[in-house]
Amino acid sequence: MADTGTTSGTGTAGKNTDGTTTDAESAQARPRRKIGEGPGRLIVSLYGLFTVAAGSRSIYQLIAQFHRAPLSYVLSAVAAVVYAFILVTLVRGGESARRIGIVCCAAELAGVLIVGTLTIVTPSLFHDQTVWSYYGVDYLLIPLALPVTGILWLRRAAPGKDETA
Amino acid sequence: MIGALTVAVTVTALLLAAWCGLATARDQSTKDWHFVGMAVVSVLAVAQLVVGIVKTAGGHKADGGDALFLAYLAGAALAVPAAGFMSLLERTRWGSAIVTAGGLVLAVLEIRLFDIWGGGHG
Repeated sequence: MADTGTTSGTGTAGKNTDGTTTDAESAQARPRRKIGEGPGRLIVSLYGLFTVAAGSRSIYQLIAQFHRAPLSYVLSAVAAVVYAFILVTLVRGGESARRIGIVCCAAELAGVLIVGTLTIVTPSLFHDQTVWSYYGVDYLLIPLALPVTGILWLRRAAPGKDETA
Repeated sequence: MIGALTVAVTVTALLLAAWCGLATARDQSTKDWHFVGMAVVSVLAVAQLVVGIVKTAGGHKADGGDALFLAYLAGAALAVPAAGFMSLLERTRWGSAIVTAGGLVLAVLEIRLFDIWGGGHG
């Protein structure tokens, strides 16, 4: 769904296939790496994976068995939308995208923590699993680790912090 | 048949993950041989997809439902090629890390597939 192959008008990098930036580039005000490159590309890949996983799961469940556990399936759909939005943000890059990305990762983390806690405290609310049930233990707790990693990465990729290894 | 393929895909996916994890640790990008490895895993996963479709068409009912089963099969077939594509874009150690993640994801998908298909009696 997201046009991962294109870079936006403001983010013009991505052509250098060796993955390194020249000294001339890092001397400028730009961060040494775009937020969608280097470790960021791994994060982009994982967000892509979870967009597809949560998205296809919720679409199937909303269509085929909505009556069974409406709250669970709507929550899965919300998770999918959040993942998709962060994915687009990371791919687009740029400073404003970076800020929006941090906010969305925080929202995602809050979602995982709230839904995860609710599934433990009041399991009767949920008649089926969601992506965020039990802090995402069905998905190897990646839903919990991903927003934390995302926030750390986006903070580190801030302009002016050029010392990224 | 599908059980043997599931085991084969899981084992090769984990080997691929370990191999590319080693490359990540050594600060190396994915090399041609890594892509040969990815091709082997992908061919096995595609074979599994084909066998799964044939068996489903032949009347086998997956425990978890046919739609879920086929969706997981398709996801399993796409996991490593997608990771390989991303590692072509990212010619650093992080490209190798992506393939490592792809291999691990595929292994997890295979375990889920085994359950969805119907565990031991398949």
